Amino acid sequence: MAEKDRVDETRRDFLLTTTGVVGAAGVAAACWPFISSMNPSLAVQGQANTEVDLSTVAPGVMTTVAWRGKPVFIVHRTPEEIAAMAATEGGKDPATDQSRVQEAQWLVVIGLCTHLGCVPNKTKAGWLCPCHGSVYDNSGRVLHGPAPRNLDVPPYHFVTQDKILIG
Amino acid sequence: MAQRLIAWIDQRFPLTTFIKRELTDYPTPRNLSYWWNFGFLAGFILVIQIISGVFLAMHYKPDVNLAFDSVQHIMREVNYGWLIRYIHSTGASAFFAVIYIHMARTLYYGSYRAPRELMWWSGQVLLILLMASAFMGYLLPWGQMSFWGAQVITSLFGATPLIGDEVVLWLRGDFVVGDATLNRFFALHYLVPFFIVAMVIIHLVALHHVKSSNPSGINLADKDNIPFHPYFTAKDFFGLGVFLIIFCGFVFFAPEFFIEVANNVPADPLQTPPHIVPEWYFLPFYAILRAIPDTLGGVVAMGLSILIFAAMPFLDRSRIPGGARFRPFYRALFYIFLLDVLVLTYAGSQAPGGLVAGVDVVATVIYFAVFLVLPPLSVWEERWLRARGLPPALRDLLDSATEPEAKR
Repeated sequence: MAEKDRVDETRRDFLLTTTGVVGAAGVAAACWPFISSMNPSLAVQGQANTEVDLSTVAPGVMTTVAWRGKPVFIVHRTPEEIAAMAATEGGKDPATDQSRVQEAQWLVVIGLCTHLGCVPNKTKAGWLCPCHGSVYDNSGRVLHGPAPRNLDVPPYHFVTQDKILIG
Repeated sequence: MAQRLIAWIDQRFPLTTFIKRELTDYPTPRNLSYWWNFGFLAGFILVIQIISGVFLAMHYKPDVNLAFDSVQHIMREVNYGWLIRYIHSTGASAFFAVIYIHMARTLYYGSYRAPRELMWWSGQVLLILLMASAFMGYLLPWGQMSFWGAQVITSLFGATPLIGDEVVLWLRGDFVVGDATLNRFFALHYLVPFFIVAMVIIHLVALHHVKSSNPSGINLADKDNIPFHPYFTAKDFFGLGVFLIIFCGFVFFAPEFFIEVANNVPADPLQTPPHIVPEWYFLPFYAILRAIPDTLGGVVAMGLSILIFAAMPFLDRSRIPGGARFRPFYRALFYIFLLDVLVLTYAGSQAPGGLVAGVDVVATVIYFAVFLVLPPLSVWEERWLRARGLPPALRDLLDSATEPEAKR
């Protein structure tokens, strides 16, 4: 057999492996635009903040506003409720009431149960989730049920005394 | 003329031989009972669902502002739109009913055992595809149950360790179930049936290779097989008639039976209905999800409760043919499991908390215990049956341990 007809097995294996690896990487890269296209579009990301006028919310009343399509509970708490909440640390996910509010009379939390995202219903003592029975107090802290965390507090700040900007 | 045309085709495509081999002359055990009708029925419903679905898609609009109204438009203004929609919505329930009976038959008669493991597993894939398709289709009417069902089920993926929130965001394409979600669910609801059809073909190719099991569990092979046509075409069509009487009964006289009242209210992302329940066919799995107090644990248990069926060929160690028919302990286990699934269905339909929560936990434990008990029980049961004395022919068959090959 002439020298040039010899099969170089090592070289062949190397070429086969590199072609395979580059090919697989190429296929993976080609998948990326499709996977990425399923993430929130710029239009969805654009609905970033919501302004809420608090002057119409009387003490003891809750209002629900939409922020990024999610319900946000805004509760104007009474002094009794504030005192009761300040006295406890909640249940499963202990937190002081102070750490969950900016102004004690305004509780602002995302109205989606941290278990599987249902909207809890307001009760006198807090909230009860209709889906799997998680119970929250008037600071949005989970007391019992399957929910792992307290109701999330969205980023917000007071623009004026009675106006907040969520987002 | 027709004969010349067929001859022309046969030269180029194996039309006549294919039909003879796979349909008319296809060898079928003569002792199949009516429990063996349900595979054919499932195939029939698949065709109904695809046809009715295509016609619904001609009038439906996958847009959060238009979806609910377009379904009302179908119901009130499209010619026979009500009929097509009720066929499709009843068909979904019928599909699960038939598939669950088909699975129960396989479990009862032990048809999942060698050499039919790949049939069982392709069936398992079909079940998951069917569930995915049903779940995504349920969002499309954009009612309250549609919305909150999708919200809860997509939230399940939030239990993924580390990247849960990102996964949920990616699945929904929005911060909550929204327009992007509705659109992609519509696209995927239209796509999944193609995968189902492909998987059904694989399921049937496997079936025609290993042939049907039968109530005796003994491979009758050529000795007792009879041609599929006319014997089983007739039997399947008779069963189809019975099925259609029940199906049409629901479509024409109780079409709202399978539709939750709350789904006649347009989706409201700011208000969950006071009591949300999944469709009846998801209730046992939903009950298992609720029985575990931890989110990730609940999701894993729910996934496992569906996937564990795939392990049946490994869990059942007995070689006694005929499944539950000749195995008293396996039969007891089968009925305990069946009853347990009914209890879970009830528990899943009730509001959370109270006595139901306790029942739910017990039933969930029994559900998994049945699968865990099976391997030692089946080994012990085979020994017990042998000790009691098997018919000599059966003993010889078990000892030879190889099934006779079916001649084609």
